[in-house]
Amino acid sequence: MICYRDHTVTSTAENGQWYLVLGRNFDVAIVGAGVVGAAVFREAVLSGLSAVLIERGPDILEGASKANSAILHTGFDCKPATLEHTLVQQGHARYCSVHQRLGLPLLRVGATLVAWNNDDLASLDTIARTASRNGVPLTRLDRAALVAREPNLGPSALGALVVENESVIDPWSAPLAYVSQAVANGGVLLRSTAVTDARFADGSWTIGTNPSTIRARVVINCAGLQGDLVEAIARPSPFTIRPRKGQFIVYDKSAHGLVSSIILPVPTPVTKGVVITRTAFGNLLLGPTAEPQDDRDNATLTQGELQALIRAGEKILPDLAHHDITAAYAGLRPATEHADYQIEALAARHWITVGGIRSTGLTAALGISAHVMALYEDTFGPLRPLPDPLWPTVPNLTQALPRSASRPGRSPIVCHCEAVTQSDIAAALDDPLVPAGSIGGLRRRTRCMMGRCQGFYCTRRVVELACGRLPGLEAASHDA
Amino acid sequence: MTHDVIIIGGGPAGLTAARTLLRGGVRDVVVIERNPECGGLPRFCQHPGWGMLDFHRVWRGPRYARALVHAARGATFLTDCAVTAIEPGGIVQVNTPHGAQTMRARAILLATGIRETPRAPRLIGGMRPFGVLNTGAFQELARFGRLPFRTPVVIGSELVAFSALATARHAGARPVALLEEHAHLSVPSVVGHAASWRYRVPVRTATRLVEILGRDRVEGVMVEHRGRQALLPCDSVVLTGCFRPEATLADGNAVRRDLDGTRGPIIDNFYRCDDPQVFAAGNVLRGVEHSGYVAREGRDAARAILRALSGDLPAPTPYVSVRTTGLGYVYPQRLTGVGQTARLFARDSSVARGDLVARDASRRVIARRSGHTLLWPRLDITLTVPDPLDASHVSLERETAEP
Ligand SMILES: Cc1cc2nc3c(=O)[nH]c(=O)nc-3n(C[C@H](O)[C@H](O)[C@H](O)COP(=O)(O)OP(=O)(O)OC[C@H]3O[C@@H](n4cnc5c(N)ncnc54)[C@H](O)[C@@H]3O)c2cc1C
Ligand SMILES: Cc1cc2nc3c(=O)[nH]c(=O)nc-3n(C[C@H](O)[C@H](O)[C@H](O)COP(=O)(O)OP(=O)(O)OC[C@H]3O[C@@H](n4cnc5c(N)ncnc54)[C@H](O)[C@@H]3O)c2cc1C
Repeated sequence: MICYRDHTVTSTAENGQWYLVLGRNFDVAIVGAGVVGAAVFREAVLSGLSAVLIERGPDILEGASKANSAILHTGFDCKPATLEHTLVQQGHARYCSVHQRLGLPLLRVGATLVAWNNDDLASLDTIARTASRNGVPLTRLDRAALVAREPNLGPSALGALVVENESVIDPWSAPLAYVSQAVANGGVLLRSTAVTDARFADGSWTIGTNPSTIRARVVINCAGLQGDLVEAIARPSPFTIRPRKGQFIVYDKSAHGLVSSIILPVPTPVTKGVVITRTAFGNLLLGPTAEPQDDRDNATLTQGELQALIRAGEKILPDLAHHDITAAYAGLRPATEHADYQIEALAARHWITVGGIRSTGLTAALGISAHVMALYEDTFGPLRPLPDPLWPTVPNLTQALPRSASRPGRSPIVCHCEAVTQSDIAAALDDPLVPAGSIGGLRRRTRCMMGRCQGFYCTRRVVELACGRLPGLEAASHDA
Repeated sequence: MTHDVIIIGGGPAGLTAARTLLRGGVRDVVVIERNPECGGLPRFCQHPGWGMLDFHRVWRGPRYARALVHAARGATFLTDCAVTAIEPGGIVQVNTPHGAQTMRARAILLATGIRETPRAPRLIGGMRPFGVLNTGAFQELARFGRLPFRTPVVIGSELVAFSALATARHAGARPVALLEEHAHLSVPSVVGHAASWRYRVPVRTATRLVEILGRDRVEGVMVEHRGRQALLPCDSVVLTGCFRPEATLADGNAVRRDLDGTRGPIIDNFYRCDDPQVFAAGNVLRGVEHSGYVAREGRDAARAILRALSGDLPAPTPYVSVRTTGLGYVYPQRLTGVGQTARLFARDSSVARGDLVARDASRRVIARRSGHTLLWPRLDITLTVPDPLDASHVSLERETAEP
């Protein structure tokens, strides 16, 4: 029996979903609605399996997938011939082929990997060789060409490599689209439902969760930061999660134009290093740090590291000093003692492990999901893909495309910084497929309270609209 | 169709400017306000203390807001309309309920006010639960009876912090404490003590918020006082003050901002921006001042616009640029109109003593006055605009006695 910090939730959209579960024996139960679980859920449903996605948080994306750099990697710097490399490249390609149908953004800004000293400069050759072995050709820039491409970089930039296809996406709408498509095609999503234990008998798992039990023939463990704990249900876990925290700073939209591409440093064996990237929402992102820690649940901000991050950022881009900071956040990478992904099908246990998706999961998700379904087919029997699945789309939140706020007949704007209208918020709360389950989920779906004033103007309206729908927003009763 | 004047922002600055323009004979004045009603910040401030300078009354905020709107009758009010960009040629892009629209005017006034510094730029450590908010949001929740908190801790000691305390008590909440990082309150200490006694809330100086605790909701804060840390249970954190201009519209290609100083738009001594068709007034210039002060700026900017419309404003170039060494900021950042009298406004980072002097490029003192600041580190100095051919810039400094 594993014990988690309980999420105090009073009401969720899922209370009404249990009738879809009782008395059923699903083909697969997927544990964890991070980006990986979301993609696997979609793939399973589109492959014709009956699937349930079980998430302990009040909404999807409450774990590692809540906070990342939002880069769709090419895998140019992956260790060649690893599973990670293969799945990053497949994930990238598959994202590019489905993003339009799902209404997802893709900003092909490219990356500039900058050498800041002679050691860096010497490493560029090695990096370019690895990249070409990985099938990603890079172009070399000398200092003059680099300055022409990125004129705002600090004076010590010496040269660079250009990675053409590194892209920026929206880290939240992508997994939301995957889950939505699965639900639209018959998948069942259960949130505020923590898997606590499971028993395997007669070819099926009976999965114990806090509200009730769920039956499924195969369990797919996509529990991210809790991957090893959930794995222990099936077997002694062959990996241990060693969370590595990354803190970020989001700069105001005024800083967006300071760079034209993603600015990467020369990576070290442990981390890709501090990156500066445009976001799909028109901000500029600085980070992440890489800090090992024991706590799997809490990604706390720390003043010292944020200050150091700002100093590092201003070395890369001195003009950052003139721009406001809009937000700071932190995420945890589900790293393990292994460098590569831990993906495996256990035929006898009716179990598929998908663990240790450390720092490339957003990119690789659609590659991982295809790989997992291939493993399923090899191990547990043939798939019958849906002939004509539905393709619901998610609302556009990026600056690159027209937003609903500028449409004629729009409802009043609630959040001015991010141009979120009342009907955007209502749509996220009332979404028939995956309605927002927490205030964080509402922010991720609409961007309300995410702009430069961070809710100075819109908190009241948001609370008014969401009160009674999301937990914890009721006016406090006072005894004074 | 080209309007005479478009005013962006219907707060005290914008509405007072509208009134002045209408009285000055301008017919076609459009006020664009993104909220459902005009009035600006006073709409949300229930406490008295408004209208003294401009209406010679002591009103509560909403009453004052109504008076401002009434005094500007004759203008066209476009509410629930947000300006998204100012472009060269007197063009503004507006997001209206009927879709995106382009509007044009002979002159534009930027009067978009301020916002408080949110959590992130303050680099506060800890978790990111719901319930860390600015006074603006806190007061609006309270005003609409929606406050989902009962034990807030209030951070900061500008006047607005005490306004937050008043709001909290009024709404039946029990603030846990008011914390000021510095050794002294930002308001005179009598004000602090009086408020502490009146609202029965401990006021702690030299106490820094280190970390916020709680995953979904705030559960407490870690605070540090003289090197020692302590846990203070609370259910919300109200971050007050540290106002900054809501000057996003100045980041486009028509208007530029003073990024190292006021953080508001760069203006000349006629409230005129980079683009000579655009003017700016009120808190958007530099952060919070009281509404009487702001209304006066709205009036003065409108007078400059009246002159501009009739073509008798000095040319925007050449100009003398204004800078400061040692002071927090100074504005206007440019001076035009050789020989005319102009006033520079500045703010110190703290209360200080010593003369305030303006020097020209050759370090000659061209104006001097006593620069002691007692309660508010706000300063101003009057000078005669030098000839740009003689002086490329003017520097405002505090003269410290030679040792
Ligand atoms: C700082 C940082 C930067 C990154 N940058 C990038 C990037 O630019 N590009 C990129 O491709 N990737 C990036 N990543 C990596 C990416 O974010 C991760 O690989 C990915 O989020 C991992 O997702 P996951 O689904 O495996 O895990 P998670 O998101 O942790 O999902 C697991 C889910 O399982 C749930 N769960 C756990 N236990 C249980 C239980 N017992 N019952 C029910 N539910 C349970 C959790 O609540 C959680 O929602 C970055 C990561 C970090 C931290
Ligand atoms: C908590 C608090 C208490 C105060 N108490 C007092 C007091 O007691 N007495 C006093 O004299 N002063 C007080 N003040 C100061 C007073 O509020 C300000 O001086 C005054 O409101 C400033 O006027 P303004 O017109 O510059 O800006 P604001 O009042 O902020 O008005 C700006 C307007 O512009 C609108 N706007 C912004 N951007 C756009 C856009 N893109 N498109 C369209 N519209 C836009 C905003 O919605 C807003 O209505 C207080 C301030 C605060 C924060």
